[in-house]
Amino acid sequence: MKLDIFLQQVPDGDGTWWQSLASGLQWTLLVALLAWIMAFALGSLVGVARTTDKRWLTRLGDTYVELFRNIPLLVQFFLWYFVVPGLIPSVKVWVTTLDPTQHQLVTAIVCLGFFTSARIAEQVRSGIQSLARGQRNAGYAVGLTQVQTYRFVLLPMAYRIIIPPLTSELMNLIKNTAVAYSIGLTELFFRTREMGEMTFRYFEAFAAATLIYIVISMAANRVMAFIERRVAVPGYIAGSH
Amino acid sequence: MGDLDFEIIGRALPYLAGGLRYTFQLTLVAATGGVIFGTLLAMARLSSFKPLALAAAGYVNLMRSIPLLLVIFWFYFMMPVLLQSLTGAERPPQIGAERSAYITFVMFEAAFFCEIMRAGIQSIAKGQAGAGYALGLNYWQVMGKIVLPQAFRNMLPILLTQSIILFQDVSLVSLLNVTDFVGAAVKVAQRDSRVVEMYLFVAVVYFVLCFALSAAVKRLQLRIAIVR
Amino acid sequence: MIAINNISKWYGGFRVLTDCSTAVAKGEVVVVCGPSGSGKSTLIKCVNALEPFQQGEITVDGVSVGAKDTDLPKLRARIGMVFQNFELFPHLSVMENLTLAQIKVLGRTPEAATAKGAALLERVGLAAHAAKFPGQLSGGQQQRVAIARALAMDPIAMLFDEPTSALDPEMINEVLDVMVDLAKEGMTMMVVTHEMGFARKVAHRVVFMDKGEIVEDAPKEDFFGKPRSERAQLFLSKILQH
Repeated sequence: MKLDIFLQQVPDGDGTWWQSLASGLQWTLLVALLAWIMAFALGSLVGVARTTDKRWLTRLGDTYVELFRNIPLLVQFFLWYFVVPGLIPSVKVWVTTLDPTQHQLVTAIVCLGFFTSARIAEQVRSGIQSLARGQRNAGYAVGLTQVQTYRFVLLPMAYRIIIPPLTSELMNLIKNTAVAYSIGLTELFFRTREMGEMTFRYFEAFAAATLIYIVISMAANRVMAFIERRVAVPGYIAGSH
Repeated sequence: MGDLDFEIIGRALPYLAGGLRYTFQLTLVAATGGVIFGTLLAMARLSSFKPLALAAAGYVNLMRSIPLLLVIFWFYFMMPVLLQSLTGAERPPQIGAERSAYITFVMFEAAFFCEIMRAGIQSIAKGQAGAGYALGLNYWQVMGKIVLPQAFRNMLPILLTQSIILFQDVSLVSLLNVTDFVGAAVKVAQRDSRVVEMYLFVAVVYFVLCFALSAAVKRLQLRIAIVR
Repeated sequence: MIAINNISKWYGGFRVLTDCSTAVAKGEVVVVCGPSGSGKSTLIKCVNALEPFQQGEITVDGVSVGAKDTDLPKLRARIGMVFQNFELFPHLSVMENLTLAQIKVLGRTPEAATAKGAALLERVGLAAHAAKFPGQLSGGQQQRVAIARALAMDPIAMLFDEPTSALDPEMINEVLDVMVDLAKEGMTMMVVTHEMGFARKVAHRVVFMDKGEIVEDAPKEDFFGKPRSERAQLFLSKILQH
């Protein structure tokens, strides 16, 4: 294995292979970050909806989760990239105003955002349901409205409880950004494959990508562990309630 | 909306069915092989022989922290080279993406099934294994006759749920130009420029299959819960 | 103050409350007792609408609990409730548990809410624990905080749902003492409990329930003297044996 390949110039690009991978990494991180924000917000809403006592709301939430969970991510990418603009004229018009990179970026964020939101919704729902029924009653009993009870009583504890599964969802999201390669987004995996094909140094390219993915995973894990420690409740033992 | 042509699907049906057959085959082989290797890996992870446990844990964590797509391409490009060095052949043997995918998915899924089986073994190992050893059984007898059958039965719903995820993940091999269900649809869609119809059809088929399979797993879970 | 008129409640096809009627006057202490599963906890939860009911009417200070247009949060804010399992908010400090609803529901300033909270903690003997979290307190201490949390809202009446059932025996008295003081100050109270000593000491009336029905509703002296129903006699003989 010769590392000098990373310092060689990309034939028709402006920079070395190392810089090419780094630029791919930036796209990966950007997509992951924006999709996570979207997924967290949407997933929280849907997860909460599934715990209310309104039947139609829980049904709607359940359907949402089933929809995104039972179609392969790759197919969902094709749906957002080809089918949605093909079916909805106004989206098509809007898409034509974007340059290809922007279109790929928006698609990747929206697709991964929805896909991940369904998984977060499932976690939020189970987190809220793991809290004792009495907590909801205690919130109501002191005069809080339903919204206030969720905001001040149920969600603060539910989020704390689900930090470990949310951590794996974040790692899954980062790994899933690689599927955006299928629509041509020049994220890390795209750049890795490109480097392999153009230099035939597959081993070096894949090894570098593997290392980078491991490092991001570990970093994400550390960040979540830090958050978990920061918000830990003194004296609270999970499951004792 | 007016110019959609769903008859295209009817004409392409035999070809698509061939792709779907490959998807099912790969899922079945990967699930079976993955459970077998995953169980061995789980036993290795729980082994008191530290180097073995560490090696197994390293393998599992590596597989779980990189994208499946990267694993697929690793195996596809590196397997011929590896086989060449193993067999001493002059040129790397051509095994093709279709066949390399079987090995890839068995090896990848083994890591995920390992974690499920490990949890299953740990959940019953303590008392049951002690009872087995007390009867004078050896490690392989205790594992094979007492611990693993129970662990497998307890974990069956989770193993099946993971297999449904696997069934969806198989679609990624289409990016290696393999004619699985999605691969077949992509080829038809591009040949006839009927992208919208084909991908909608694929999505609906996946949804119906996965939804029905998940519902069946849920029913099974209830049955097991009652039997217990 | 609290009027319960002909309440019936079903869980699906199963009837849990049958035609229950009773009342709690201002300043009155009513103890509700009965075997487990008799519906007493369900009944008290109907009073602040934590449990819906299908028939009958409950009014609190003239406001109908079951009416569609009733502002439930506003009504509940006026009724204090203490739960069997304390139900303090585990992620909030003791003081924050006391101030949350004061600020969010009553609109008090944080300073006023904290001053009120501090006075109540002093009163239940926990002034030193204001900064701690519920998980760091004993069960008896948590339940005293829960009482203080309810009192912080200046309730017109207090509901207690088996407040000592989840406590270790040595902690029961510290909670009962707080409740006795409260009763002596003239607080309107409806208390579901097995603590007959408490009933003897401060109750004005005792309501005995069995199988979802109110079997006996009598002044304390009559109830402990000579309960009319056989079921109440049986219950008393069992509970007073030890």
